[in-house]
Amino acid sequence: MNPVSDLIKNLADQHGRNRKNLLPILQGVVEQEKYLSEYSMIEIARELDLPASEVYGTATFYSFLEYKKMGKYIIRICKTITCSMKGKNQVLLAIQDMLKINVGETSSDGNFSLLQTNCLGFCHKAPAMLINNEVYTDLTPEKVRDILSGYLKKK
Amino acid sequence: MTESYQLKRADFIFKNENDWEEVMSKSFSRTPQELINELISSELKGRGGAGFPTGLKWKLTAEVVGDTKYVICNADEGEPGTFKDREILSMVPFKVLTSMAVCGYVIGAKEGYIYLRGEYFFLLPELNKAISEFEYYCKEINVDFTIRIFMGSGAYICGEETALFESMEGKRGEPRNKPPFPSDFGYLGKPTVINNVETLAHTYTIFKYGAKRFYDLGVQYSRGSKLFSVSGDTPKPGIYELELGMSLYDFVDEFGDGDTKAVQVGGASGFLVPRKRFQETAIGYQGKLVGISLPTGGSMMLFNSSRSMYNVLDNYLEFFREESCGQCTPCRVGCQQLLKGIKAVKRGEKKTQYLDKLLRLTDTMKLTAKCGLGQSVANSFSSIVENFREEMIY
Repeated sequence: MNPVSDLIKNLADQHGRNRKNLLPILQGVVEQEKYLSEYSMIEIARELDLPASEVYGTATFYSFLEYKKMGKYIIRICKTITCSMKGKNQVLLAIQDMLKINVGETSSDGNFSLLQTNCLGFCHKAPAMLINNEVYTDLTPEKVRDILSGYLKKK
Repeated sequence: MTESYQLKRADFIFKNENDWEEVMSKSFSRTPQELINELISSELKGRGGAGFPTGLKWKLTAEVVGDTKYVICNADEGEPGTFKDREILSMVPFKVLTSMAVCGYVIGAKEGYIYLRGEYFFLLPELNKAISEFEYYCKEINVDFTIRIFMGSGAYICGEETALFESMEGKRGEPRNKPPFPSDFGYLGKPTVINNVETLAHTYTIFKYGAKRFYDLGVQYSRGSKLFSVSGDTPKPGIYELELGMSLYDFVDEFGDGDTKAVQVGGASGFLVPRKRFQETAIGYQGKLVGISLPTGGSMMLFNSSRSMYNVLDNYLEFFREESCGQCTPCRVGCQQLLKGIKAVKRGEKKTQYLDKLLRLTDTMKLTAKCGLGQSVANSFSSIVENFREEMIY
C-alpha cells in the first residue's frame, strides 16, 4: 500500500473524520510530503467522505498547501513592499545563481524549491525568507549564500 | 497645536506578565456584567484595524442565549507592514491566554482557539508550552476552559473574521455575508467573540489596572495606547507602543530619516499620506478631531524621496490581486484591472485620463465588494494616485 495512504489514515484518526478537520489533515500531509498529489487529495476525500472536488477546492485556496511536487526545502522569499525596498531582488539573484533555479522551479536533485510569498511579518528586519518553517531575516546576498551552503552541506 | 497631538510613549503591553494568575483570579471573582462595564468605560476599540468597540462585542455575545460559544484570538497577522502580534505572542503569551479565559467566563464559552498564520509556525512549541501551563492553572482553580491552536496556511484573507471561521471549518477562506455577525453566528454557526491578539493584550491591562488608567491615555474617541509596527525608510524600524491621537508630523519627526516623502498608514489596505498632509493628519479612529484622522492596525511604512510611488502601488496591487479570494467579481476582476491599468498608463499605452477611470473603478469596488479586502483597495489606490499622479505617468 502507498505510504501516503497510511499517513492520511493516521492523520484522520488523530484529528477526526470531520470536515472541520480538513485543514490540519492537509497540513499534515504537506508537512511530510511537501505537497498534495492528486492521489493524496482523493485519499483524503475518501477518508473524510467528502467529494474530491471539495478537498481540491480547499487545498488549492491556500498558498502554503502546494499541489505541485516540491523539493525537500521550500524557500519562500518575501516580495512585499518593505522587503522589495530593502534589497530582496539582489538576495533572490544570489539564490538563483547558487541553486541554478528560477522562481517556481525545483532543483534537479529535488532538494530545493524557490518561491516568492507575500508579507511574512518581518518588515522591520527586511528582507526576510522562510526555508520550510525556519525564518531568516536581515538578508544580504552574502548572508543568504552562507545559509544555503549550510543546507547544501546537510542535505 | 494642542498637547493631545504629541507623541507619547506608553509601556503596558510588554510589561508585567508574571501576575497573570492574580489578574485571572481577580477577574473571575467579579461578575461578567462588571467586567463588560469595565471594558465599555475604557472605550477600547479593536486593534486589528477595524476598531469595533471591544466591550460591546463581548456584551452582544454574552447576551445571546446558547450552550456552545467560542472565543477566538485572531493571530492571522497578514497586513503588509504589521508584525506586532507575533511579538505579543512570543513575549507575553499569558496575557493573551488570560484574556481569552476571562472572555470565555464573560460570554459563557468553554473553548478558545488561536488562529495562527502559517508563517508563524515557529512560534508553535513555545506557545503550546504556555497553553499547557495555563490550562493546568485553569484546572487548579476550577475554571473549565481549553485553548487550541489552529494553523493557517498562507492566506491573507483569513484575517477577515468570517473567512477565518470558514477556514477553521475546513473550507476555502471566503468571507461570509454580514449580517449575521459573529456574535450571533460565528465559528460552526455558534456565537463567537473574535478579537485581535493586541486587543486581548489590552483587555489584560484594563482588568489589571482598571478602565481609567487606559482611558486616560490617548485622545477623545481614540483612547488608550496602541502598538505601531514601524518599517520602511526609518533609522529605527521596530515595534513601539504609543498613545493614540498623535499627529503624523510628530511621528515622522521621531521615526523619519529626515527625507520622508510619504507614510502609508494601515498597510496596503490603508492610506498613503504625503508630506504636505503630515501636520493635519492624526493617528486614531474617526471622530471629531480637527483635520483627518486615520485608523490603523499599527502598520506605519515610511518612504523617502528615493522611492517611486508607482512601484509602491504596483507592489500593493500585485499583493491584492494574489490575495483576493476571488468569490466576488468587483474584487477579483477589479484588482486585476487596476494592476493592468496602471501598467498600461506607465507604458504609455493608455492616456493619462485612464487613471480617472481606474479611480471610478475603485469607487465601485468600495461600494460593491463583499468584504473589507475589496472595499479597502480604494484607500491606497486613490490616496497614491491622487497625491502622486505624475509618478504614475512618467
